[in-house]
Formats: sequence, C-alpha cells, structure tokens
Amino acid sequence: MMAANKKIVETGPDDIEALLPWHAAGTLNARDAHRVEQALAQDPALAKQYSVIRQEYVETISLNESLGAPSARPMQKLFAAIDAEPVRSASMSRGLSARISQFFAGLSPRMLAAGSAVGGLVVLLQAGVIAAMLAKDGGHSFQTASHRTENTPLTRGLATDTGPQVLVRFAPDARMSDISALLDTYQATIVSVSRAGLFQLRFDGRAPKDAGDLISRLQSEKIVNLAVPAQ
Amino acid sequence: MSAAQAASDETLIARIAQGDRLAMQVLYGRHHVRVFRFGLRLVRNEQVAEDLISEVFLDVWRQAGKFEGRSAVSTWLLAITRFKALSALRRRKDAELDDETANAIEDQSDDPEVTVQKKDTSNALRECLTRLSAEHREIVDLVYYHEKSVEEVAEIVGIPENTVKTRLFYARKKLAGLLKAAGIERGWP
Repeated sequence: MMAANKKIVETGPDDIEALLPWHAAGTLNARDAHRVEQALAQDPALAKQYSVIRQEYVETISLNESLGAPSARPMQKLFAAIDAEPVRSASMSRGLSARISQFFAGLSPRMLAAGSAVGGLVVLLQAGVIAAMLAKDGGHSFQTASHRTENTPLTRGLATDTGPQVLVRFAPDARMSDISALLDTYQATIVSVSRAGLFQLRFDGRAPKDAGDLISRLQSEKIVNLAVPAQ
Repeated sequence: MSAAQAASDETLIARIAQGDRLAMQVLYGRHHVRVFRFGLRLVRNEQVAEDLISEVFLDVWRQAGKFEGRSAVSTWLLAITRFKALSALRRRKDAELDDETANAIEDQSDDPEVTVQKKDTSNALRECLTRLSAEHREIVDLVYYHEKSVEEVAEIVGIPENTVKTRLFYARKKLAGLLKAAGIERGWP
C-alpha cells in the first residue's frame, strides 16, 4: 500500500482521488458522488486517504471558525464610504422606461407634486394671457395661433422670455426647498417639467452668450445631476 | 448555502444596484464574517483583513449593476476578496517578492517541530494548516470551509479546473509533509 501511495503522489492524483476533498465537503454533483462512493467501497487505500481528508476537512473548519469575527469598524467605514459616493446615475444599459421609473421612484412626493403644480400653473397662466390678449384685440374676430405680426408678441411671457434656457435634471434626493433656493439664486423660471423629470429652466436677464458659464455653474451644484442647453 | 438563500442574495444584489442601503446591510450581515476569515487567512493581519471587508463591499455597491448572476454571490464576493487581498499583500513593504514567489512561500517563522510539541493530531493539523503557502491555504479554505465546487474555485482563483484538483492534492501533500516533520504520521501519503 505504501508503494502504491508513493506512486500516486509522484504521478499526481487519479480522477477519483482528486475528487475526494469535494466529496468530504459534500459539493460534488450526484454523478461524481456516486462514482466516488463506488471507488471507496472497492479500494481500502482510497478509503484510508478519505478518512485523512475528512480529518483535514474538520480541522480546516475548526481553524476558520476560531478566527472570530471582525469589529464594527469595517461596517462603519463601508457605509461612510457609501454616503460619500456620488448619487448613482441610471445605467445606460437599462431601458428608457426603467430609467424613468427609477427617477420617479427617487423623487420625493413633495417634489413630484410641486413639479406638477408648476407645470399646471404655467399652462393656466399661458391660457389666461392668451385669453386676455384675444379679449384686448377685440377687433379681430379670428386669429390663428401661428400668425404673428413681427415684434408683436402673442403673449407677454413668450415675448419677453429672452433669457437662455437650460434642461436640468435634479438629483433624486433633491428637496423642493433646495430647488426653490436654486431658482432664486439664479433668478430662474421653470418653463416645463418633462415626464422624465427634466426641468426646462429659463434665466431671464441673461444674454444667450452666458449659457455656457451658466451650465458650468449649474453642473457644479450638488443637487444638479445634469445641465444641458435647451434647444 | 441553500438554493433559496442563493436566490435571495441575487435579489439583494439587484436592489443594491438601485441604491438600496438596506439590502446592502442584509448582504453585509450575511457574508462579512466569511469574507473577513478568507481575507485574514490570506493577509494574516486583522487590521488589513477588516479593511478588506469594507473595500470588498464597497466594490459590491459600485459594481452590483454589472453582476450577471452567472455565479453565486458568495463566489463573486470571495473572488473580489482574493483580488483585494493580493493587492494588499503587494502593497506591504515586506512583500518585495514577485507574486509567484510570494504566493508559493511558506511560513518558516517557527520550526513546526518546536511549535507543535503535543502529539495531538487536531492541534497539529490546525497549526500546519496555518503554515501552508498562501496559494495552498486559499485552496484548502475554499474547498473545505467555503464549500466551493471545483468550478467555483477555478472561477475565484482564475485557474483551470484540473489545476484546482492538482493544486489541492499538492497542498494536502505539503500538509502531510509538515505533519510528518512535526512527528505525526497519518498513513498518507
């Protein structure tokens, strides 16, 4: 038997012998486990080696279990690092609907409500102004919306809103108060809010040539994820 | 690990990919001890092993969206841990050896004959298990303690499946040699 063992060690394990450690750990598939069981039943030298392996198996578990557990430090460090991570942007590999869903899921209820309210207010305001304009121009019985006399605005808003416009996506955890503060700081007006959470902002009192600087400043804001020129 | 738990780990990873901190806490609670022990056996330094835990799980937080579920989450975690542990070893001042040499070297700080004075096979076995090279320690731990299959070990270590089998065989042979040096004969090889 010693001679046989020596030969095995010198030449490396045969197929079944190599599987013994996994058999001891119970991680072989049914077919291999059956092959090993059969070989063990027929080969005393292999069975002897298997009993040695089982001893190694037990002591390896015992050794690892004796290593104890880590302190709370790595968990604190991990979650501090996670807190410091930039807000996760939607994966480009995911579908548009998934990205939209994720954005809306991330918006606070107040932000969603405010966005809708502002959008509704804009529509109401425009409707009111258009109605007032139509009433003022009573001499005309009919005017198409597409017809405009040069330098004669259809609405006050559309005529004087000459500031550059920027599409902004706020961070999902941005609160309405943060957004209001930003609008105040930049003297910006919300023109529209898309269903994907994209805010179209207008910056009155600024020249179109300032758009580049404006976008740079916006992009450096903590609550702004995206700022691009509005077409 | 049960199939149910494996599925649940995948669900946690999907939630982590969406920024769910609670899912991260659950996954951490479930696996951090094994990550710690695997790392500790490789780097042999508790502080470094604890640092590895936060590094590994931070990688999980960042990479969860890329996890494709082709392997078990625990296998993925151990593969990351191994990579981080080897990087940590490389950074250590006293590890001015190339990777191959560093992995193959055994702990010769004490003579096993002196340390293992008792003829108690269990104690001697545990002592000798700590003296194996990093390359041999990791494969013994992955198979016996972390209950990884041949395929999973191959994935974690990045070697062919046949190499996994022969490496474990030679790790066991080395273990037998250390035990013999300590005066313990087990009848194999």
